[in-house]
Amino acid sequence: MAEWFEQIKAEFDLNFIQADRWKSMLTGLENTLLITLFAAIIGIIIGIIVAAVRTTYDNNSESMKYNGSISYYILKFFNAICKIYLTIIRGTPVVVQLLIIYFIIFATSTNDIMVATFAFGINSGAYVAEIFRGGIMSIDVGQFEAGRAMGFNYIQTMIYVIIPQAFKNVLPTLLNEFIALLKETSVAGYVGVLDLTRAGNAIRGVTFSAFMPLIAVALIYLAIVMLLTWLVGIVERRLRKNER
Amino acid sequence: MNDNVLISVKDLKKHYKPRKNKKYTDGVTKIRALDGINLDIHKGEVVVVIGPSGSGKSTLLRSLNLLEYPTSGQIIFEGLDITAPHAKINKHRRKMGMVFQHFNLFPNMTILKNLTIAPMKLLKKSKKEAEEKAMALLERVGLADRAQAYPSQLSGGQKQRIAIVRSLCMEPDVMLFDEPTSALDPEMVGEVLDVMKELANEGMTMVVVTHEMGFAKEVGDRVVFMADGVIVEEGTPQEIFTNPQSDRLKDFLAKVIV
Repeated sequence: MAEWFEQIKAEFDLNFIQADRWKSMLTGLENTLLITLFAAIIGIIIGIIVAAVRTTYDNNSESMKYNGSISYYILKFFNAICKIYLTIIRGTPVVVQLLIIYFIIFATSTNDIMVATFAFGINSGAYVAEIFRGGIMSIDVGQFEAGRAMGFNYIQTMIYVIIPQAFKNVLPTLLNEFIALLKETSVAGYVGVLDLTRAGNAIRGVTFSAFMPLIAVALIYLAIVMLLTWLVGIVERRLRKNER
Repeated sequence: MNDNVLISVKDLKKHYKPRKNKKYTDGVTKIRALDGINLDIHKGEVVVVIGPSGSGKSTLLRSLNLLEYPTSGQIIFEGLDITAPHAKINKHRRKMGMVFQHFNLFPNMTILKNLTIAPMKLLKKSKKEAEEKAMALLERVGLADRAQAYPSQLSGGQKQRIAIVRSLCMEPDVMLFDEPTSALDPEMVGEVLDVMKELANEGMTMVVVTHEMGFAKEVGDRVVFMADGVIVEEGTPQEIFTNPQSDRLKDFLAKVIV
């Protein structure tokens, strides 16, 4: 027993303490969190824009066509672009997107972390957009009609009536998307970013001892995800309190 | 033309293509929800629209404030053609209160907030002013004590009374009712009809789509009978219910309990 304990201790010492290897893991964790946070922000911004274009087109095409306004064609054009974006992003693996953005689109950039953040942000934006759109569509059309019938214009109806209700519905799903995003960033190592996964794997490569670093990486991800899940639970309960 | 006319509907048509599903279309290329409606609604008048389901009564009512866009024809409201392209429809809608079958109260707001949001945002009333008006109206329908409740805490009849008050808070010139009692339990129909009667007695112009023949008889100044997208017959409740002319109306009246 004592021998086994000694062995564990030696392993721990080798993988984390010697040559300050824990520091590279800490850097990796920092990068992972940094990429996740900013990718999430980019994702929300793209998501809002795409969802706004798509829902505005779906809801207003009839009245705009009726008024013969030119903005109908402009909106139709942007709607088509959004659809193409969603199809491509959701139809290809995130690693492939990351490689394309890194080696083709930003081939000259030297800031790996920024490029990776950008790639994950663009990827996440597609899913966030569909979450937002789903949330807006989940609101009974009668709510929309009630707002319009009182004299609110389309945007006012959205802001005062629809979005506050939709927001409650999407928040848990949105936070789950960011949990998924956190885990997805583990492929950032493909383009040379030192994220948490790559840092752990690099230690394995040096010490030839797989167990400690990889399990440590897994536990760190698990801890963050559990923390976020717990937060989702609290938020959900808060939101439900108000009604019924 | 009578200058007492508040809304004038001229040759209103609403056609749309049926869904591309052969099972149902039977070679029909156009559904004629409204097929040439002419109707004048005068100030202070209560017009009750009756007819079998699918006859276009709700489509007509929803066309009056352009929740449905007509295919052709005109709607003149207070002297202005609201069906013209680029008409200021949001402005016109403020003067047309609408009450829905399913109430459509905002579930995330208190009753008071439901009543005050539109006057505050659209009529730029102060919070105090809007709330005073709302409370006065709530008092009148006997629901002042529920001001801080949420819609989910109310019964169907209470919700519909609140929905009526919500429209009244905008001080409309005409009230449109789209089957206001159809989603209610029978014992709650009366309380809603009472509020509507009171409103009619105060001289509010009302257009009511309903299956409540008793209400049509008692409160209606004019009854319009629609079938298959056209107005088949119109007249005083007396004429419509006791002396129907067309077979279509006789048939309809025979089927509903009057």
